[in-house]
Amino acid sequence: MGLRRSGALTPETSVDWQAIALTLKLATVVCAALMLIGLPLAYWLTFSRWRWKFLVESVVALPLVLPPTVLGFYVLVAIGARSPIGQVWTTWFGHGLAFTFEGLVIASMLYSLPFAVQPIAAAFSQVDPALLEASSTLGASRPRTFARVVMPLSLKGVLTGAILSFAHTIGEFGVVVMVGGNVPGVTRTVSISIYDDVQALDYASANATALLLVAFSFVVLALVYALNRKVWAAQPKP
Amino acid sequence: MMLSVRFRKRLSDAFTLDVDFAVPAGVTILFGASGSGKTTVLRGIAGLTRPDAGRIAVQDIPLFDSAADIDIPVPQRKVGYVAQHLALFPHLTVHGNVEYGISRVDRYRRAERAQMILASFKIAHLSGRKPGEISGGEQQRTALARALATDPRVLLLDEPLSALDYATQTHIMDDLRTWISERAVPVVYVTHAHREVFALGERVIVLGGGRVQAQGIPHDVLDAPARHALAIIAGFENVFEATVLSSRADWGTMSCRVAGTTTEVEVPFSGAEPGAPIRLAVRAGDILVAGAEPHALSARNVLEGVIGSLHRQGPTIVAHVIAGPSFEVHLTPGACESLSLAQGRPVWLVIKTYSWRVVV
Repeated sequence: MGLRRSGALTPETSVDWQAIALTLKLATVVCAALMLIGLPLAYWLTFSRWRWKFLVESVVALPLVLPPTVLGFYVLVAIGARSPIGQVWTTWFGHGLAFTFEGLVIASMLYSLPFAVQPIAAAFSQVDPALLEASSTLGASRPRTFARVVMPLSLKGVLTGAILSFAHTIGEFGVVVMVGGNVPGVTRTVSISIYDDVQALDYASANATALLLVAFSFVVLALVYALNRKVWAAQPKP
Repeated sequence: MMLSVRFRKRLSDAFTLDVDFAVPAGVTILFGASGSGKTTVLRGIAGLTRPDAGRIAVQDIPLFDSAADIDIPVPQRKVGYVAQHLALFPHLTVHGNVEYGISRVDRYRRAERAQMILASFKIAHLSGRKPGEISGGEQQRTALARALATDPRVLLLDEPLSALDYATQTHIMDDLRTWISERAVPVVYVTHAHREVFALGERVIVLGGGRVQAQGIPHDVLDAPARHALAIIAGFENVFEATVLSSRADWGTMSCRVAGTTTEVEVPFSGAEPGAPIRLAVRAGDILVAGAEPHALSARNVLEGVIGSLHRQGPTIVAHVIAGPSFEVHLTPGACESLSLAQGRPVWLVIKTYSWRVVV
């Protein structure tokens, strides 16, 4: 931590490092958790022949069309102290989920789910089914086929899913406001901090934090896309 | 090793595949026109398509048995399958592809075994290349090596060599034969190309209309077609309805008129009475083309005609000649050039009596 934010009324410019660190932590945790959930979910969405699959697809895509406040509102209700989830969580951990970092992670995961799942599922469905058949006739089980054929051929989509869910989590506002509130170091993310600065007419601080966020996001995306290009230079064009 | 296949599957309202055959060690050609169900049979043996009913077994080990409710999953069947489009893994090297199916022995022996197979298929020097960086023939070799590296109990090849020239095909098949000769593995080779049947197979099973139409050694099965449909799939490009005019049993010949024309031809004696309707078949490659009217020939059938069309099909020139009926004739590009054949040019077709097959 460098400069500490000294309060909304102080006139000097200050970058909210605490909020930046929290945002990066949130985005990293959400991105990692979404990879754990998104990969099997995308696999199922791609290869399942269940007739009602389209219903699950619709649910996964819901956050794309819903206003974040709507999503945030229902998540808040679902994890609130009176809800079954909130009660179980309180029994296990001694505190509720609302207005905590964990609650924020859950809400952000739901919010960013389609950004992780859709590119991965798209990449999986691009893998030639003949390769999967070839793998199975060569004695490979499904998990082995997944690890040795599906994943290597879908790296680009998986990477895209990871980038998008990370970037999308960094930029979220509505869900955080609804579920997390504005607790410094716990739920006050960069977008909330900037909003606060603007509300306090501290445009200089808002600008400093915002600019840093823009620069950081650009560098991360540029790095990953550069890496992406290198990885795929060796691949034959489909 | 013996592969036995009894297989029934409804593919559409009008088409049900219902076959029953056995394949001993060695190369057996599964032959039939496009859409005759050859690929479905192979996929059924590999476990990629589930038959409606039947039994598929290697020796006494069932891979599928609808009566006993047995359906061994694909990875456990130990059936090598090379699909028409090969399906090599594009992200793995040739070595990586071949090593893919070698079971979990220790790493060193795996690499050693892969190298040995790469060497027997003459692609060891390519082991570091990706499939996109090697030629079609090398890709076929890689696909074969990959399937054989798993030590399959049965090998299924779905037109794997159709896209290659004849020399490359036979070289690859020779290498394949060497490999399987020590292992007594049944190999089912699917093709619709007549030429490959004679070049590659020791036995042939002819599939048509969803049934096994004939089986045996290629010469017996394909040179004496007993049915019209079989004649066509067996590669007799020219099949005509005809009427017997007269017969000379003592000469072993008879004279026939091709239906709907005035063309008369001399064909081998079949026992048919004068006036009886018969079918005649002749291969496009067994017809000679002369640029001027030939004289003093032993061949009894010289038909005057005109070239209706000419087009190239791989290394072969396919000509359609109107000489009464329309004949399909196959020529080499050299012959075509030296006769300066072109559409509309008058030509004479020469067909030996014994080039005709009488189809009953």
